[in-house]
Order: sequence, then C-alpha cells, then structure tokens
Amino acid sequence: MPAREKRHIISAVVENRPGVLARVVSLFSARGFNIESLNVGETENPRWSRMTIAVSGDDGIIEQIRKQLEKLVDTLKVGELSESARIERDLALIKLRMPPARRGEMRDLADIFRARVADVTERHMTVEISGDEDKIEAFVRLAAPFGIVEMVRAGRIAIKRGD
Amino acid sequence: MLGTRVIIETLKREGVDLAFAYPGGQITPLFDEFYDERDIRLILPRHEQAGAHAADGYARATGKVGVVITTSGPGATNLATGIANAHLDSVPLVAITGQVPSPLIGNDAFQEVDVVGITRSISKHNYLVSSPGDLAFMLRAAFHIARSGRPGPVVVDIPSDVQRAEIARPIPDKIVLPSYQPNYEGNPRQIERIAGLINAASRPLLYVGGGVVGSEAADDLRLTAATAGLPAVASLMALGTLPFDDPLFLGMPGMHGTPAANRAIMNCDLLIAVGTRFDDRVTGKTESFAPLAKIIHIDVDPTSVAKNVRADLPVIGDAGNILRRLVPQLKKRERREWLEEIALWREESAALLGRQAASGLSAPRVVREMARLSRDLQPILVTDVGQHQMWAALHWEHRRPRGFISSGGLGTMGFGLPAAVGAQLGRPDSLVFCLSGDGGLQMNIQELCTVRRLDLPIKIVVINNGCLGMVRQWQEFFWGRRYSHVDLDDNPDFGRIAEAYGLRALAVNDGEGVSPALEEAIRHPGPVLVDVRVGKGDNVFPMVPPGEGLDRILLSAPPAAEGESASREAGAG
Repeated sequence: MPAREKRHIISAVVENRPGVLARVVSLFSARGFNIESLNVGETENPRWSRMTIAVSGDDGIIEQIRKQLEKLVDTLKVGELSESARIERDLALIKLRMPPARRGEMRDLADIFRARVADVTERHMTVEISGDEDKIEAFVRLAAPFGIVEMVRAGRIAIKRGD
Repeated sequence: MLGTRVIIETLKREGVDLAFAYPGGQITPLFDEFYDERDIRLILPRHEQAGAHAADGYARATGKVGVVITTSGPGATNLATGIANAHLDSVPLVAITGQVPSPLIGNDAFQEVDVVGITRSISKHNYLVSSPGDLAFMLRAAFHIARSGRPGPVVVDIPSDVQRAEIARPIPDKIVLPSYQPNYEGNPRQIERIAGLINAASRPLLYVGGGVVGSEAADDLRLTAATAGLPAVASLMALGTLPFDDPLFLGMPGMHGTPAANRAIMNCDLLIAVGTRFDDRVTGKTESFAPLAKIIHIDVDPTSVAKNVRADLPVIGDAGNILRRLVPQLKKRERREWLEEIALWREESAALLGRQAASGLSAPRVVREMARLSRDLQPILVTDVGQHQMWAALHWEHRRPRGFISSGGLGTMGFGLPAAVGAQLGRPDSLVFCLSGDGGLQMNIQELCTVRRLDLPIKIVVINNGCLGMVRQWQEFFWGRRYSHVDLDDNPDFGRIAEAYGLRALAVNDGEGVSPALEEAIRHPGPVLVDVRVGKGDNVFPMVPPGEGLDRILLSAPPAAEGESASREAGAG
C-alpha cells in the first residue's frame, strides 16, 4: 500500500455571500489541489460562513492551500485543526435491505455503534450514524452483508477542542 | 442619483481622469451619462482587448489604476486576455463591464456571459453588482483592492438596470473590508535577521522583482544596494529599478538573462529576493537554483513565498517599508574577492552583448540605437512579446522604473501597441517607443487607428523577420528544425498599412539605415512606424535551455541532433 499523505482539516471563515463557495472551489481546481470533503455552514454570525475542508498533502502543499485561501478577498481567517486539537465528525445515512426478521439484529449492531434507526419500511431500514471516519467505516463494513441499497455521507465537520 | 452618475462620481473620487471604453448594448446607459462629462476623458480603442492592454500600459507608466469599460458578452470576453495579463504582472486595473438586466441573468440572454465566472481565476477579485445599493461600495472596494497589497485587476460587472436605477445611498467615504487586510509592515525581528544575514554574508546578491516597482521603492532599493555594497540582478518586471550602468548591476537573470546575472545566482551565498515570485523563466531547474545560497524572500503576497523555491527567511510586507527599516541596520563590508568576480563577469557579459550589436543589421543594434538617440527624452520602451522583447531587455539602457513596459508573466503577443497608447497618454512628455515583432504587431494592428485618432507621437519599431522568431528558435534548437507554422512570409507591407492609417512610415534594410531612420522618426512630431527587416535566422543569446539549471548557458545554436525523434523528445519537457 502506498504511503498515504497526511490528512489535514482546514477551517476557513468566509463571507456568507453568493459566489464565495465557487471562488474557493475554483481555487482548489486551478491550483491542482484535491478536496476530499467540504462542508459549508453559517457561523454564529450570519455575515460569515465556515468552510471545513479535508485535504491530503505534504506540508508544503497544505501551506500553499492555506495561504491561497487567506489571500482571497472574501476570506476572514484560515486555520488548520491539528489532529490532537480537533474533534471531527462525519455523518452517514445508510439505507439497508432489511427483512423484518433481521431488524433486531441490526438494532443491536446500531446500539453498539450508537447509530440511530432513522426510518423503517417493510423492506428497508435507514440508519443514521455520526462519528469519526474509522467508526463509520467499521459500521459500514459490518452492515454491508445486510445489503446496502444506498449510502449518503456528509462532508466532515470539525471544531477546535475547548481550552 | 442615477446609477450611471454614481459610477462617474465614484470614478472621480478615485482620481480617475481617463478611461479606455468601448460602447455596446448593455453599457449604453453609462455612455449616455458620459456624453456631457468633462472631467473624465474616454479613449476609444478599436478592440476591447486593446482597451485592457492600454489601461494596463497606462497603469504601468504612471503607477495609477488603469480603467477599462466595455459592454457585456463579447465586450467582456474580449477583455479576458488583458485582465489575465494585468493579473500575472500585478498591475492595478479596474474593468467595468455592462451586464444584461438583472431579471434576465441566467437566461442565456442576448450578449450574456457569466463574467464573474469567466474572470474569477484571472483577476484579483470581481463583483457582480446585484443590488443598486451596493454599486458605489463595490466600485470603491474594487479600486482599493486593485491598488493595495499585491496590486491586480478587479472586475465590476454592472447589469444595465442597476446602471439605470435611482440610488439614494450616498457614496461611502470609507471602505472597510475586514476580510482583506494586506500586511505592509514586515516583522521587525525578521528585518533584524535580514540585516544580520546580509552583514555576515561573503557573497550576497540582491534579486529584484516587479514588486519594487509596484511599491515605488526603487530609491529605497538603490540605497539598500549602495549602503551594503550589494551586487544585484533584476527580473524583466524590475528592469530600471537599478541603472543599467551601475557597476554592481548585472542585468536580468534566467532563460535569456546575462551570464553575469546567472553566474552570480549560482555562486552567491545569500540571495535577497525582493518582490518577485521566482518565475520558472528566471529559476530554470529549481533544484539547482542558487545552490550555495540562503534565500531571503521579501514579498507583500504570502502565497508567493516558498511557492517555487524554498525560502530560508520569509518576510511578508511592503518592499519599501521593509527596505527603509533595513537600511540603517546594514554595514558596508569589504568583500573584495566577490566584487572582483562580479566585475569580471559583468565585463564579460557586456563584451558579449556588445558583439551582438557590433555590425550589420540586427535587433540588438536597433535597440541600442533607440536608447542612444533618446537619452535626453525621458524614453519609455514598450515591447510586445518574443525575440525582440528579450533583445530589448538585454540591450536597452534601463535607467528608471516604469521606463520599460513589457508583458512578463502572461507573455501576451499583441500587448505592445495598445500598451504604448496607454503609456503615451499617461506620460505625454515622454518619448514612447513601441518595439514590436511582425507577429505581435498584427495581433492588435487596428490600434494604429487609435494612435492616429489621438495623434500620439509614438515611434513604432517593428523587428520584422518574417516569422514567429521565438517559436522558430525553439524549433531550431529543440525540435529538430521542423519549422512548423512559424513562417510569416506573406506579411503585408507594414509601411503601406501604417500609411493607410495615416501614420508616417520608414523602412530599414541594412545596418547603415538604422540611425538615420530612427533619427528621422524621433524628429518627426507625429506617429511613425519603422519597418526593420532583419534576418529570419537571428536567435536570442544567451539562452538557458528550458528545464536546465542556470549554469547551462548556450551562446550559439546547439549542434543539430543526430536523430530527429531524439531531439523531439528533448524538447517535450
């Protein structure tokens, strides 16, 4: 397996205005940086949005990305959340093929992972799970034999730990 | 106040007294408001791209913000090359484009394009004015952003209904952009460290970039060099910041740089880079660039630092501010051995370049004659792009900043003539030369009409070799002499074209004809085109082959490759 470059999480506060997301995204593509995941949402102040961007790369690339983001006129501040100082969460919704007889089995599994059953129909069950990436991937691995019909994952969000 | 009046009053507030403007459907409201306007002069180019280049040349010649105004759709797309050109050379420019009325945006209306989308990656910033109340703020912000920090072009796209709206909100006095706060100061401790490194270095070298021109810091730079006794090299964008005849100035480094400048980079133990992004045309192979040196990098744009080349000591801030605080901390040191070497290299390079201009009809000779004959006329040399541009960089007598105007980063053929129009309008008392090639001239030849219309006394000198010389040179050296699509043998007679536009025309066919023709051109009070018919096979030397280190300098054509396929492979890099 090739050595994986370190995953970095960059958190940027930007103007909450049309066109700003396009500006950030086109910066990444124009410079040849690959976004692994991107999440945008309003901050506590509606003038500003927070973008949480997961990227992989060596330190030089990450430094360039940070500086390029900072340079955008719409960017208020850019920070990197280091692995030890951040809490990160992924969110996934997983729709599984689920005959009624196996529902209990699935609920036990969901309990162990603190996942939640979001919806049940005659043939399907939809489970909601949040947590770090490893946890979600472990759950997906164990749920796979039931038959995954569809899975939707949200971009990563992360926050700096409190002092 | 009507939106169009808000635009004009805001332009005046920003000190604009001249703009390059081409009318069209969605900008007609603004042109109507200009009809009775006396304080801002509108200049009509004959193509929007030329309008952008003219605004660019005006900005480079004066240090002011250039302004170009066009309509939506094709008017705006024609600006794209000019905007990108200004962006790569950090030229302050504001481009105002008309846009289809707000309710039609997104409907593929007649002459509608997504201007903000198209210009996003080639401008410093851009705005679509979607609400009339934002108009004055966005325009003022555009000027502020264009001229501050690392300067650049800003686009303001204004739908025609916004132009026609009645706007109650007054023009704001102050523009505050919390998310845009360039750092000008430079960290005092870092500046102390620069002084420490310079004072301790045995073989220091200044590497000057266009940022020094943008920051109006040439005097500070000269003082820095003189105080510490530092030899210096200057990028294409910085030629003129140090006088060409200063014994410590070695010229331009890089692919077509002087051997002296390249040797100095390869041998220095400290490289002090000021306001430059380490373009690949300067560094050659980055792994072998300045191999013995610690690198100090001073730049107002943090993204330029450590992007192409490592920086041992990065200092973010304005060149002038930092140099002014650095000078008192510098000590003059003897460094006799280093300066002796520098003097020797300098002499060798001067002799080499002198030989290129010695006899016959050659572009180097033409450039030197232009310089000699215009010494007392505050000359500005505006170039196009290609071989003649490099000959100009190598042979012109660079004496002051803003005296040499050239498309560096984008390398835009067609830049020269319109940029000369802008430079002459910005500097009416200067003698403006436009040095062009037969390829580049034809990319904006319609501007001969603008020259004539305004009776600008520009001296257009065409280095006419009947081919796309720079590409031909690469094909000769690196592509097995397969001269693919570079022949311009069917060029028209440029003299007759110039005459048809109403210019005076002169032709030069041999070495003896150079001085008399240039003298006559300079003597003539109006615009002149001098068609100089040089040899097709003339090549620019020195040359560092692409992808090689700066120690690999060609002074003559490399021998023809044995197998054509092998040489094609070599050129592919």
